[in-house]
Amino acid sequence: MKRVRALVLTGYGLNCDQETAFAFDRAGAEAVRVHINALIDGSVRLADFQVLAFGGGFGWGDDHGAGVLQAVRLKTNIGDQLLEFVGREKLIIGICNGFQALVNIGLLPGFDGDYRSRQVALITNDCGNFRDDWVHLLVTAASPCVFTRGLGALDLPVRHGEGKLYADSQVVARLEASGQVVLRYAKPGGQPAGGAFPHNPNGSIGDIAGICDPTGRIFGLMPHPEAFNDPTNHPLWTREREVRRRKGLESLTDEPTPGLRMFRNAVASLQ
Amino acid sequence: MPHRLEVTLKPELLDPEGEALRRKARDYFGTELHAVRSVQILTIDADLSAEQLATIRREVFTNPVTQVSAYAPLPIDFDWCLWVGFRPGVRDNAGATAVEAIEDILGIRLQPGEAVYTSKRYCLKAAGLTAADAERIAGALLANDIVQQWKVFPAADWDPATGVGLVIPKVRLDHVPRLTTFPIDSDAVLARISDERNLALNPRDIPTIRAYFIDPRVRAERAAVGLDTPTDVELEYISQARSDHCNHNTFRGLFRYHEPETDVRSTVDSLFKTCIEAPTLELQQRKDWVVSVLWDNAGAGRFDDRHHYVITGETHNSPSNMEAYGGAITGIVGVYRDPLGTGKGARLVMGGYGYCVGPRDYDGELAPRLHPRRLLDGVIEGVRDGGNKSGIPTTFGQVLFHPGYLGKCLVYVTAVGIMPAVVAGRPAEEKTTSPGDLIVMCGGRVGKDGIHGVTASSESFSASTPAGHVQIGDPYTQKKMHDFLLEARDGGLIQFITDNGGGGLSSSIGESARFSKGAHVELEKVPLKYEGLDQWEIWVSESQERMTVAVRPADLERFMALSRRHAVESTVIGRYTDTGKLHIAYRGQPCAHVDLDLLEAGFPQWEFEAVWRSPEARGLEEPVVGLPADVQGLLLDMLARPNICSREWITRQYDHEVQGGSVIKPLVGAGRDLPSDAAVIRPVLTSRRGLAFAQALQPAYSAIDAYHMTANAIDEALRRVLAVGGDLEHVGGVDNFCWPSIQYDAVKNPDGRFKAAQLVRACRALKDLCLAYGIPLLSGKDSMYVDGHLPGRYGVTHKISAPETMQFATISVVPDVRRCTTMDAKVPGDGVYVLGATRDELGGSEYYEHLGYTGRNVPRVCPAEFLPVYRALQKAVEASLAASVHGVYRGGLGIHLAWVAMGGELGLRVDLEAVPAEGVERPDRLLFSESAGRFIVTVDPAKQEAFENMLGGLPWARVGEVTAAPALVITGRGGAPLVDLAVADLKAAWKKPLGDLV
Repeated sequence: MKRVRALVLTGYGLNCDQETAFAFDRAGAEAVRVHINALIDGSVRLADFQVLAFGGGFGWGDDHGAGVLQAVRLKTNIGDQLLEFVGREKLIIGICNGFQALVNIGLLPGFDGDYRSRQVALITNDCGNFRDDWVHLLVTAASPCVFTRGLGALDLPVRHGEGKLYADSQVVARLEASGQVVLRYAKPGGQPAGGAFPHNPNGSIGDIAGICDPTGRIFGLMPHPEAFNDPTNHPLWTREREVRRRKGLESLTDEPTPGLRMFRNAVASLQ
Repeated sequence: MPHRLEVTLKPELLDPEGEALRRKARDYFGTELHAVRSVQILTIDADLSAEQLATIRREVFTNPVTQVSAYAPLPIDFDWCLWVGFRPGVRDNAGATAVEAIEDILGIRLQPGEAVYTSKRYCLKAAGLTAADAERIAGALLANDIVQQWKVFPAADWDPATGVGLVIPKVRLDHVPRLTTFPIDSDAVLARISDERNLALNPRDIPTIRAYFIDPRVRAERAAVGLDTPTDVELEYISQARSDHCNHNTFRGLFRYHEPETDVRSTVDSLFKTCIEAPTLELQQRKDWVVSVLWDNAGAGRFDDRHHYVITGETHNSPSNMEAYGGAITGIVGVYRDPLGTGKGARLVMGGYGYCVGPRDYDGELAPRLHPRRLLDGVIEGVRDGGNKSGIPTTFGQVLFHPGYLGKCLVYVTAVGIMPAVVAGRPAEEKTTSPGDLIVMCGGRVGKDGIHGVTASSESFSASTPAGHVQIGDPYTQKKMHDFLLEARDGGLIQFITDNGGGGLSSSIGESARFSKGAHVELEKVPLKYEGLDQWEIWVSESQERMTVAVRPADLERFMALSRRHAVESTVIGRYTDTGKLHIAYRGQPCAHVDLDLLEAGFPQWEFEAVWRSPEARGLEEPVVGLPADVQGLLLDMLARPNICSREWITRQYDHEVQGGSVIKPLVGAGRDLPSDAAVIRPVLTSRRGLAFAQALQPAYSAIDAYHMTANAIDEALRRVLAVGGDLEHVGGVDNFCWPSIQYDAVKNPDGRFKAAQLVRACRALKDLCLAYGIPLLSGKDSMYVDGHLPGRYGVTHKISAPETMQFATISVVPDVRRCTTMDAKVPGDGVYVLGATRDELGGSEYYEHLGYTGRNVPRVCPAEFLPVYRALQKAVEASLAASVHGVYRGGLGIHLAWVAMGGELGLRVDLEAVPAEGVERPDRLLFSESAGRFIVTVDPAKQEAFENMLGGLPWARVGEVTAAPALVITGRGGAPLVDLAVADLKAAWKKPLGDLV
């Protein structure tokens, strides 16, 4: 079987491209880091890939709103290619800064096949500051999202200053009703965070941490699945290891991390 | 005609920026603001049509979901409106990216001179707020007059049509570049020129400089190219290269050391050579993992067969002291260029920080330029934006409060990178310039910024220090350049690379030209931010985010194509030669022609008198204090001390996990809130190997003896990496000295000789400890003149000198990260062990400081005694015998036992009588002595026998056990209860001072 090809965007202050490519590689894909300008000047063709990853970072320094200038550049220069990519039922994931870019391009929420309108915003955290912490997340089982199939509750890191999801109440209601709310911030016990800081780290409406388009093929999330690519990424892994040792188990589980499973789901759905 | 676009959040949305200002006004001044709304302003100084303006407003600068905007002042109700914008010439990062977006979406190019300027206004609702209050909020919370300007509008004076007005902070120099030559009739004339031009030439250098320019051979050679007496470009070049910052004259100086009490005398010819270079070269012989030290921008060690890591440290004290945000962001972004400029270039993988500032709640009579709280806020934010926007994890740091830093703060920044061992078939750590190679400047453009930064940091801070050297770093421009240069490196396109930091082109070309033995520079080719810079200004400007690269002519086309791909500006500005000369021209006219080896020979060594007075001679004694009756209350108060309490709010602002290799985070434990001993990352994601990294500083001990300050910092930094699983055989060090002026002057620096002796002793400790522990110094820096003159009552100024401070960073390779440990207690029933002896060593301790004393019994570091313990511990960790490992640091056993319990959110039951001790029995001394060489380890009962066997006859004891009930219970003699505190209460006390900050 031909390996799934994943394009990871780089350039203009984006980062996280190395680990995002690593996560796709681990998931069985062939990941290629491609500069935004290589897509624009045509030296790399988006059509040659099955997955497009908008990774984390600070495109254009996040000046004038996180993800805004990245969206302007892509929409202006390769907007048609992006729409064609979507039309061919390929996959797009936007992580953190990439999520911010997706909502500003309009690829999310993608109501009624409209992939050009800005209807959701990701704005400055209520706490007023950048924050790095791990969060508990709940996956909406009924969501069409292909990336989260089979996943239940999981932990991932968040690292952002502008992750508060905001939209008109009708838009939020529609996201909820259609299963497009994929991930929610939760309390340690598993119930939704209910807006409580720091479980909901940014004040997101409805504790929303990630959404998808109605097809489930375009997925944006503030937490970083690519940063949970190894059991030793988890903040409590040394505690977990000790518990396992006492039970006579291997020190660390060799199962794929929940972060990697998102990438595996993407690759599996294309094979 | 300029256009002013105002953008604000829809009124129903919370305005976090406004809320932050409201909170600060309350916290800083007790000023209550009812509501604050912030407005972003873009002043577009460009000729755009109405249609174009509408497009960019709609498509770029206004989020339809959350924002409203208009090309007219937005009608927002206020009692006071505060406007804050940049001064001309200050880096406006958001203004620059706005231009990019406008050009992109409109498909146009702005004309030269056209630009976008960003500013903000804050609409304050606050009944009864006076004009003075408003002015204070603007000047002391929002703006810094060094880089910003502001206006305060009362509601009554607001014109809804004109708003804040149209402020265009455009640089207009109206100056024709001019080369100036100087007479050198006498040394006195040259000295006067140095003063007038702020060259900061050392008076002792002046005869050497003058002798060069009157040498008949030199005169003849100069005449041949059309030059006579020295030009401003030449004197600036010499001044920069000879500055203490670049040349390390202090560390290369001659020290006459004297101990009057014993009449011991010795002479140290160069602290650098004897105490840094010599031990490092010796260790390089013993350690085959040392790849490259003592010459490049950073040192390199072997990570694995295919990769080297590189590490270096810097300080950015003077700029941060004046403009905390700008100074700190420039510092962190600047130090990140060092690994990028090491060998043929390293990718940045990790950063660290160390801040030393005055007390956060300082309310004394001295008036520092920035209050320590504001200064610290700015420094934290500067490193936050610089690190996060660079995509580099900030994994470790520390903050230390001490009144000695009121005069000048310290901002340490450390950078770690990784490079392939081989680049284009050649060792990556090697680089050279060859005649014919092109000199290419990459990255940012050159402006007046940073001129004389290097010489200013070589002087004490005073009212006359030029403020122009404060800049605002631009991580966005640098990140683009970083990505570009690494791709160019992998393509084999880079022969030599170095950064433009202190001294700008003068330093980067001056130093790189020594390899080929010459350079020819055409200054008019250097891209400028604005016209009107003199030649010397182009040459020494420290405008940030620039690298100098040597490129072979055959590679130029590929190099430039890659540069365009990454949207990075690169310009050929000259070529390397083998003429032995640095030749600089401007539009064909020579403006410098000097022998490159001028700097290497003939300059007199700096000389210092160093007179040591022992603690005894200085009247230091151990205090006479009785036993505390309330040990619990004491422990709780100790946990809340400024240098012990939680700093989670800082750590969480820093992305410490980007790049996906986080193994041991800066905050660990069940609640993810205790500081880790060290950080561990996987810099190569496909490998199980890790890098452990830590830093330590112990300036309090300098009040007794800087030898022990240094020794303890090294021991602590070593134990930190060992605690997480580092390898004792592979620990590299980075020393970073920050010292007050040591040049004796009867009036200006009467204790200069003592401070010089402290420096000699500190360097001796550095040598002794590095040799004993086997820690080669992979890199190091020094920053002298950490003094300030602060105005106090009656307008009297007071000189405040920082405590002698050395931050020591350690880095170690972890063979398999899955064996790493953290400090938190893990499982109830585990044994609690203390390794290493506790002695009566409370001199300079946190406990004595708490009681108002210094004392004299400073902790001693005894490598011969400690090393067997460290080796045994490493074996135990490798054998997976330790459930948790934590070093005992500042505050002593009491604090660190509490941390182990707090980390696990479990209890500890500890019998203080069992603690291995020598000559100390009192519970307060056992709990708060800061003896070096100690660890707390918790161990699974099933593994205790094996663990104890490994420790054998070393000083260790099982002092108690981990309990499920989350309480710290400590008993003293005969089981007498001393402490019985719930872990929740311990945490509450520890988090009380700074725990509410976000």
